[in-house]
Amino acid sequence: MSKNDDNAPISAEQFMKELRRYQKGSISRRHFLGVTGLGAATAVMASAMPMLAGAGRAQAATIGDRVSIATWPNYYDPANFEQFTKDTGAAVQVSVFGSNEEMLAKLQAGGTGWDVFVPTNYTISTYVELDLIQPLDLSRLPNFNEKYYIKRFIEPGTVNGKVYAVPKNWGTTGFVLNRKKVTSNPTTWKEFWDLCKTDAKNRVMVHDYQLTTIGNALKYFGYSFNSVDPKELADAEKLLLDVKPHLFAINSDYQPSMRSGDAWMSVAWTGDGLQLHRDIPEIDYVLGKEGGELWSDFYAIPKEAPRVDAAYAFINFLIDPEVNAKEVHAHGYPVPDNRTTALLPKEMTENPIMYPAQELLNALEFGAAVTLTDPLRAEIMARFKAA
Amino acid sequence: MAATQTTNGPRKRVTAMLLLPTTLWFLLLLVMPLVVITVYSLGERAPAGGYQPALTLAQYANLPARLKAFTNTLTLAPLGTLICLLIAYPLAYFLALKASRRTKAFLLTLVIVPFWTSFLIRTYAWIYILGGRGIPRLLEMIGIEDLRLINTPTAVLIGIVYGYLPLMVFPIYVSLEKLDKSLLEASNDLGANPIRTFFQVTLPLSAPGLITGSLLVFILLMGEYLIPALLGGGKVFFVGNALVDLFLQSRNWPFGSAVALTLVGIMLVAITLYLSLLGRQRRHQDVSIL
Repeated sequence: MSKNDDNAPISAEQFMKELRRYQKGSISRRHFLGVTGLGAATAVMASAMPMLAGAGRAQAATIGDRVSIATWPNYYDPANFEQFTKDTGAAVQVSVFGSNEEMLAKLQAGGTGWDVFVPTNYTISTYVELDLIQPLDLSRLPNFNEKYYIKRFIEPGTVNGKVYAVPKNWGTTGFVLNRKKVTSNPTTWKEFWDLCKTDAKNRVMVHDYQLTTIGNALKYFGYSFNSVDPKELADAEKLLLDVKPHLFAINSDYQPSMRSGDAWMSVAWTGDGLQLHRDIPEIDYVLGKEGGELWSDFYAIPKEAPRVDAAYAFINFLIDPEVNAKEVHAHGYPVPDNRTTALLPKEMTENPIMYPAQELLNALEFGAAVTLTDPLRAEIMARFKAA
Repeated sequence: MAATQTTNGPRKRVTAMLLLPTTLWFLLLLVMPLVVITVYSLGERAPAGGYQPALTLAQYANLPARLKAFTNTLTLAPLGTLICLLIAYPLAYFLALKASRRTKAFLLTLVIVPFWTSFLIRTYAWIYILGGRGIPRLLEMIGIEDLRLINTPTAVLIGIVYGYLPLMVFPIYVSLEKLDKSLLEASNDLGANPIRTFFQVTLPLSAPGLITGSLLVFILLMGEYLIPALLGGGKVFFVGNALVDLFLQSRNWPFGSAVALTLVGIMLVAITLYLSLLGRQRRHQDVSIL
């Protein structure tokens, strides 16, 4: 092994020699780490385990060495998170969820370690009631300015006059379909569910999420997306149990299966529709004519957040219009912030997947708070999965 | 033994101190949680989910609503154990009795190598192997069309056998390895053919490993969650999946506790039955399981 070869690992004797020199103080810590390769090793380890990053880096910023966020699949730009780490020294830890119920369950159980989470409009009042969320100090979010935001998407973040959450994105819940495989042209939820048993048998996915799965089953009968009426829910359950043997899977992370061609159709959110269509043009995103869900997601801080400073810094970073625009480029969900929308290219702002026609939007409903805690909806979803 | 040391004070104290960590572990992490879920199972779901105190058997009355999860678990777990056993035994036999020293070391390493990668990642790999671009694509080339593997009970079974096979191989291998080879020669000298020798000498002597392996695999399989979740696509539900759902989605802790306790009960009954059946058959042998 040549001593001049920079890439060769250091020999044992050489390592000991360098260690002695370091102990005696004749070389600096930096030189020691560099020459022994420990520096590079620590850097690699640190990206996986932020507590290894060392005091030097954490002291540079006052927000600590990491920030933890609970969000949804395919819902952020990894480059932005890396940028945040570069700017502040705080590594971003991401947990991804398939339903608001799952997030709520984790927060109810406690000890999540999350600093930021991404609740959907209809859940925030329940989080306030259960004392699981903290009111936001807007002075610590200078990038948030109400006057630039679309009012209807901002409102659910305020409960009893206090702001608990600032908007992240808004979107719709429709379905994606692979037009090469499904040749009929479904435009309604009724057709969607009927196709599960016919042309798209064994090829359809539904969310592992009571709100959208039960909600869109309710639309089959023309009921409200938010119904908690036992008789209407019984109809929805019957439909779900009826199609279950013919479904491909029950899973909220449907992109991999749609991309591989295993699944031909799936209940889907705006951004996944856009991402799939962008990469595979024959995959289209359709809003059921009967209606369905219109939603807005928020950034919020759990009551038990261990690193509140980091949480504020992270949220403020993400709602910066420049950063936010990059987010939209990556995930394809529209934002209720006009400053950000102004930065988007025309092919996005005129995209019908992101901004559907008004008459389709008019039929949609916001999720209702009652669906989150309704025991019957929860049990029907659990029975449907266990059936 | 400890009983003979009763007069010896310091020794007793040492024994007590040595047992303390295990006892604490046992009390804190087994007995207490069991008490908690027993209490929970008699309660009610709080309005927003969770637990609220009550004294009712309603949760147990609702158990039939999870019948499919129980039947899935109670068919696929024993079946998976059996298939593991049938595949593991010949392999362990070859490793212990037939393979040369070098082949043995090489093959044993191969059995261990998968543990170097996370079980989660290896199971994820199966999603692609069994998915539309994997085995079904290959089968299409030889004319078997429209075969779907992923998200079926078969896929779950494949995942189970793949994941649990090493746990079956090792106990059997160890018991066969310890087997006194002169007994096989004796059997041969006394006129038994190889088949008879296998069934009357080898198999009974390897029974401890066989039982340990089966119990190890069966018990873990009864609580399996990951494989059905990933390879069953949320459609092939085990009790483990139903439990995760009850605690982490519908937040019905009391019903979840009732389901969990029922699973524990079923397992205790199944294992007791299994051991007593074996015990009756092997009454004349003094080979203990553990």
